[in-house]
Amino acid sequence: MSAPASPSGHECLLRFDNVSLRFEEIVALDSVSFDLSAGDTRVVLGAAGSGKTTLLKAAIGLIRPESGKIYLFDQEITGLKEAQLFHIRSGVGVLFQEGGLFDSVTVEENVAYPLLNRTEHPETLQEAEPKVKEALRFVELEQTLEQYPSELSGGMRRRVGIARAVVSEPPLVLYDSPTAGLDPITANTIMALIVKERDSKNTANLIVTQRYQDGQLMANFRYNRSSGHLEPASNNGEGGAEGSNPTRTIFMVMKDGRVVFEGTQHELEASQDDYVQKFVPKHS
Amino acid sequence: MDVLASGNAGARLLDFLKPAVASIQDFYVLSGRSIRNLFRGPHYVDDIAIQMDVIGVGSLPIVILIGFFSGFVITMQMSRALAQYGATDQVGSIVAITLVRELGPVLTALLVAGRNASGIASELGSMMVTEQIDAMRALGTDPIQKLVTPRMIATCVMLPMLTIIADFVGLIGGYAIAYLSIGLTTTQYWTSAYQALEYNDIVQGLLKPFVFAFIISLVGCFYGLRTTGGTQGVGLATTKAVVAASVWVFVITSLITRVFVNLH
Repeated sequence: MSAPASPSGHECLLRFDNVSLRFEEIVALDSVSFDLSAGDTRVVLGAAGSGKTTLLKAAIGLIRPESGKIYLFDQEITGLKEAQLFHIRSGVGVLFQEGGLFDSVTVEENVAYPLLNRTEHPETLQEAEPKVKEALRFVELEQTLEQYPSELSGGMRRRVGIARAVVSEPPLVLYDSPTAGLDPITANTIMALIVKERDSKNTANLIVTQRYQDGQLMANFRYNRSSGHLEPASNNGEGGAEGSNPTRTIFMVMKDGRVVFEGTQHELEASQDDYVQKFVPKHS
Repeated sequence: MDVLASGNAGARLLDFLKPAVASIQDFYVLSGRSIRNLFRGPHYVDDIAIQMDVIGVGSLPIVILIGFFSGFVITMQMSRALAQYGATDQVGSIVAITLVRELGPVLTALLVAGRNASGIASELGSMMVTEQIDAMRALGTDPIQKLVTPRMIATCVMLPMLTIIADFVGLIGGYAIAYLSIGLTTTQYWTSAYQALEYNDIVQGLLKPFVFAFIISLVGCFYGLRTTGGTQGVGLATTKAVVAASVWVFVITSLITRVFVNLH
């Protein structure tokens, strides 16, 4: 299983090199390797407990691997101290599973948090205000500025989480189950925002999810900046050839900490593996 | 090695002890880090102030109430015992010594352990299970610097103050009974109370709450930050924090009392 080569000229933002990790006796990650460049999307599918969230937390050094190396912005983070990691992490936006919002402060302070607390050039709340408003406008929640996270619905919290993840315009964004527990319509809204973020800022995305549709949306749609809508990723260059991958979306399926599949949507749908097939809806 | 050699039972004992030793080690690491953070920035002054308000001002009414009634009760009980020797006029000194040396610090610490070790553990535990602690680390903040150190500083400042207030209110409670029910004069009571106290007692009475404060705040944070397993885990962490903090208060007061009694 060779890692698909990313188009040349792209800096590698995140790289896993044979990473293994265990919690007591349970294997959470088993020799995981991949890399991610600007504009790339990697959709990680897998059953609950297959190591998806662990993968995401290891990527920013919240959990340390037992063996293997993780490179974040070309810097090896496996041996770094927590204090050294703070600066590197400021280049990564993270959306946590339940949003991970601080419920003791307002939405405004939540979204401003990355700007106020970064190690270099921290801003004041006044300085951060325009960016906070812009980020909230991006997720269409400007009116919630003074509210507390507990006053918002699940979908709104997730959107505020996205606003917080992207407010500092990080080149790499990690999404942990962005649509878990949401109804299909809200889930699509959330995914549309993620596509919009990817295509307007050319960020690299790592998306952990249980929903195949999330990945399908990432792989097949593009955000059109002029019309402000999502539209099918045009195959104008390739003429719609089978296996063309205009959004550079790679699927990865995990099972018990191992990567059991890696490839494009087309390859995923064609896979004969029983476990992999569980994540692909039966149609076509 | 002998333990290992003795086979299965030995191995089981080791397995049994390993988590205990590991958690003591983790506790030392947490304490070390939060104390080290006192000497390096950034300092979250706002958080310290908020915690002082929650721990200090918030505990004040209950501390005053309990302080008053403990003085009240000690005086009633002791006056009966002292009456057998015809020494009821010495009740002030007994109240002063018991309160300042032992009951004031311990009762206040137990109240704060019940109120704040639980509060801290449940707050940090909830933040842990909702990934707010991870989010904090991901966004470039050290949770120990932002959450643990302010709580430790606030408790260490407020608990000695609360203890002083509890001691004083307790003496007033004793005076109320001595004056109204036993019939001592104001001068009799306060002179005997004042003369009973030595420098040593004051030091002991202030050292204890200071040490208790470290234990209560750090135990609360420790169990909070170890929370796993959702809301059920938060409840468990809270219970453990209160039990551990209360037990340690008694262990430490015994140790400190032992040292000070020997100083004479």
